[in-house]
Amino acid sequence: MKPDLATIWEWLGEVPDPEIPVISVVDLGIIRDVVWDGDVLEVAITPTYSGCPATSIINLDVETALRAHGLDNIRLKRQLSPPWTTDWLSAKGASKLEAYGISPPSPAGGPSRCPRCASTDLQRVSQFGSTPCKAHWRCLSCLEPFDYFKCI
Amino acid sequence: MDNASLFQCLLRFGDNTLVLGHRISEWCGKAPALEEDIALANTALDLIGQTQMWLGYAAEVEGADRSADDLAMLRDVWDFRNILMVERPNIDFGHTIMRQFLFDAYHHAQLTALSRSSDPRIAEIAAKSVKEATYHLDRSAETVIALGDGTDVSHAKMQNALDLLWPYAGEMFESDDVDAQMAASGIAPDPATLRDAWDLRVRDTLSLATLNIPEDNFAHKGGRTGARHTEHLGHMLTQMQWLQRAYPGAVW
Ligand SMILES: [Zn+2]
Repeated sequence: MKPDLATIWEWLGEVPDPEIPVISVVDLGIIRDVVWDGDVLEVAITPTYSGCPATSIINLDVETALRAHGLDNIRLKRQLSPPWTTDWLSAKGASKLEAYGISPPSPAGGPSRCPRCASTDLQRVSQFGSTPCKAHWRCLSCLEPFDYFKCI
Repeated sequence: MDNASLFQCLLRFGDNTLVLGHRISEWCGKAPALEEDIALANTALDLIGQTQMWLGYAAEVEGADRSADDLAMLRDVWDFRNILMVERPNIDFGHTIMRQFLFDAYHHAQLTALSRSSDPRIAEIAAKSVKEATYHLDRSAETVIALGDGTDVSHAKMQNALDLLWPYAGEMFESDDVDAQMAASGIAPDPATLRDAWDLRVRDTLSLATLNIPEDNFAHKGGRTGARHTEHLGHMLTQMQWLQRAYPGAVW
């Protein structure tokens, strides 16, 4: 019997992002579609950044998770359009990021507050950070450096 | 429009990002500051990611059973279609950043136009890539201004870089029969039409950077047609392609 799509979305919601395991691939907004094509389950995944090395790991993790739930007939499709935007990061994902110490994306183009002490006295260290999706900032109140999830 | 022309056009996109991506990755581990090191490595990663998409599509269009990896790692100098500017050696950090800025301003204008391509594959690759190019341009422009309007030493290095690179800028706006076919079918813009947007952005930034634009508009060319590359590309390929040449078919 084929599991229904809501169940499959729940399963995918338990697959962690390999770089930021506190959020799932569904929270990140990169699972664009899940459909049954006859007996084949097709999952459309969009890359965050073109060269993000996590992309192939994400595909592998999604496939492994679905197989662990007994699905064998799986097709992963790379969907480029429309391009990924941080607007697709779920509200739950954004609050989990902040609790983890990563400032979530903000339309203002920079972090709204320090993820540790909530100070707004912040300074950018670098437009890039430890992964393609992050920039490096510093809090001038508690003096701790932190990652900011870039808004694109 | 024939497939051979579309293939050439896609090689021009993919070879620019491949060659520049490789060049700036040469800074990995030895940039002047850790933040710059990370920034250049991340920019290189974006460019190599874009290369996979362009050369992946080029390989499909060619239909000769070659992959994006084959095109990147097994072609020789004369089959590359990148502009000469991106194959130039890094020289120093100032030269690297100036080249990045001149390219980013072009890349941004080009990808913006390509995101409206009549070819849906090109349009979606460009729409994805332009977001990254926007970020690259913000950063390289900011760094050019900081260094140009910086100390006497940094100003002199940036002016020297601009003088060296300016004769390589003109090739970005050259067109030939391939470009005419692409423009006629709405697949890609005639490169000459990108010049105004580029000029505006470049003149604005260089003026804030207190740098003087050279008056001579002589342009070195031959890279994007494949007629004549500089000696530097061959040296670069001996490094970039070494593993596949020494161990054919090696995989991770
Ligand atoms: Zn703080």
